[in-house]
Amino acid sequence: MYRSHVLVCGGTGCTSSGSKAVIKRLEAEILAHGLSDEIQVVQTGCFGLCEMGPIMIVYPDASCYSKVKEEDIPEIVAEHLLKGRPVERLLYVETVDGGGIRSLNETNFYKKQCRVALRNCGVINPEVIDEYIAYDGYMALGKVLNEMTPDGVIQCVTDSGLRGRGGAGFPTGLKWGFAKKNDADQKYVCCNADEGDPGAFMDRSVLEGDPHAVLEAMAIAGYAIGATQGYIYIRAEYPIAVKRLKIAIGQAREYGLLGNNILGTDFCFDLDLRLGAGAFVCGEETALMASIEGKRGEPRPRPPFPAEKGLLGKPTILNNVETYANIPQIILKGSDWFASMGTERSKGTKVFALGGKINNTGLVEVPMGTTLREIIEEIGGGIPNGKKFKAAQTGGPSGGCIPTEHIDTQIDYDNLVAIGSMMGSGGMIIMDEDNCMVDIAKFFLDFTVDESCGKCVPCRIGTKRMYEMLEKITSGRGELEDLDKLEKLCYHIQKNALCALGQTAPNPVLSTMRYFHDEYVAHVVDKRCPAGVCKALMSYFIGDLCIGCTACAKACPVDAISGAVKGKHKIDQTKCIKCGACMKACRFNAVTKG
Amino acid sequence: MAKKISQIPFKGTPEQEAELTSIIDSYSADRNALMPILQEAQDIYGYLPIEVQTIIARRMGIPLEEVYGIVTFYTQFSLEPKGEYNIMVCLGTACYVRGAGDILERMKERLGIEPGGCTLDGKFSLEACRCIGACGLAPVLMVNEEVYGRLTVDDVDRIVAKYE
Repeated sequence: MYRSHVLVCGGTGCTSSGSKAVIKRLEAEILAHGLSDEIQVVQTGCFGLCEMGPIMIVYPDASCYSKVKEEDIPEIVAEHLLKGRPVERLLYVETVDGGGIRSLNETNFYKKQCRVALRNCGVINPEVIDEYIAYDGYMALGKVLNEMTPDGVIQCVTDSGLRGRGGAGFPTGLKWGFAKKNDADQKYVCCNADEGDPGAFMDRSVLEGDPHAVLEAMAIAGYAIGATQGYIYIRAEYPIAVKRLKIAIGQAREYGLLGNNILGTDFCFDLDLRLGAGAFVCGEETALMASIEGKRGEPRPRPPFPAEKGLLGKPTILNNVETYANIPQIILKGSDWFASMGTERSKGTKVFALGGKINNTGLVEVPMGTTLREIIEEIGGGIPNGKKFKAAQTGGPSGGCIPTEHIDTQIDYDNLVAIGSMMGSGGMIIMDEDNCMVDIAKFFLDFTVDESCGKCVPCRIGTKRMYEMLEKITSGRGELEDLDKLEKLCYHIQKNALCALGQTAPNPVLSTMRYFHDEYVAHVVDKRCPAGVCKALMSYFIGDLCIGCTACAKACPVDAISGAVKGKHKIDQTKCIKCGACMKACRFNAVTKG
Repeated sequence: MAKKISQIPFKGTPEQEAELTSIIDSYSADRNALMPILQEAQDIYGYLPIEVQTIIARRMGIPLEEVYGIVTFYTQFSLEPKGEYNIMVCLGTACYVRGAGDILERMKERLGIEPGGCTLDGKFSLEACRCIGACGLAPVLMVNEEVYGRLTVDDVDRIVAKYE
């Protein structure tokens, strides 16, 4: 028995902020104080609060330290772990409540959250199967194998109302039912862990923090549809997740939870990993399967759907990581419990990766139906530097921007589509008044052009033409009729592209044109970028606050600034390269852009 | 993205080739295992020049153009050698809205190369990548395995200087 456990986050965010060094130092200090038998250090998955990393929580009192530095460790060990006095100045500010210390669960960041898919992240050591088992792990698999028929499992998943968390929101139970009905000598269960949406890291955190939940769910799915082999297709860019999955699969095999005759029954199921090689289109199901087969990851027309002809021509189900992470809980707690959360047509919770211009960047899991305002203002802690909220981008390159007027929309699959965006896998990027919406649309198109597989013409050529039009607009050469042409092309691509990548590629453009039309017009008619982002449309000026200190003139790399000492300076616009060095150098706020 | 055949002479050793062929054989030259084989081949050589692709195609009994088609499809596979220090500037959405574009510009200027390129002394190569998943620290860049976060343009010189 240990008297205290110290949990340190070992997710990608905190590892990048130096949690490995913290753990090493912590272990060394504990050893030096002779506390090794009393205190255990546990490396866990993500707590969600990546912005404040590395995060460290000391149990049993649950004090939370944030932005922990290696140098802070000796003090924390000597004071807190040895003498039981938390080092208040190093605690996460939100947990220090006027003299008292409150737990992380009571902070604004956590209060409104409801953790189902992330329930074990930041709680257990993902590299030790016994810890997962201690938290009811593999109990759902046991229940399924001993008490339920395959049809019963599918019915339970259907009744829960769970919909695919990868983006499209297809009902999971329905998908499993199709695959079960198709008889074949071999069927496959696949997991899409190719989280390609830039700015989304939910699936990575689940795999890093609770890999066994996904393995257990895939075995349950195998039992339900009659498959004996599964594949997890994961991005090679996630080395920590890959490593933990490999450990988890090895341990599950050792315990007889994967392999032949699982838990003494006739059921056999095994899993293999396949590493992706950096192609966004491989998130599309038919492309993903082509990639597992060692081919170019190009989509093919559907039908036949994978439930009929999938991997190697056999019936296959493909679900995303977060979808699977919900399954064991649904089996254990029942479909009614799951269906009691959320809105009428979107049940349960959703994990969002909150990023961009927001104070609490990180991972949040909320019931479906939570409003954008609650996520941004309460959980996210608002916009930094007193700036104004401008838009929230959901759904990545397939989604759209949600403006202030829709900030009170209840988030679920159907509501997001109705306002021109989509759920997507759960990336949520917050933008403030300094972000130019035309530039953002161009950013996503640049991504799509790069990632288009090239198989169908609307996507290969259409997105390129869209990008060129946006380039024309942001460089000040746009005309009013370009906006009409652009919109027409958008609808054309939506209707004619082969797969979801192409069909949804126009969304970032359409949604920004819908909500920020004035901004497009400003670029085209006034040749002005209101947010001051598009360089070709922006100029720097020196105003009356200038005292003639010459700092800007010295900083200018092209000698575009002239003026006498103690006299007002001036920028020669023909020479200016708009690098912004003058603005940074000025200590009197005399340089403005517009 | 367009990929070309590298102009830099191939310096593979017989030992490397023996390691590669034993990997191919361990997968019984199974066509379905081409992806993991290419990934392991890239680990051996650091990149996948046409010479390595030829070894793989011959050993597996499949056309070279099929191997080339796969290698050029996936961004992870590189036909150019990487520098001693490979710098990856994240251009994911979260990093982009926090100014990753300016970081990349400064890096290009500092190293005098474009993304995908390598400095003449073979010391640095530069890549623009899509999200390494450390969005909480945006904007970020990676030098080999080391992650640098919460960057400003001024940090670029300091980071490069560390490795010079």
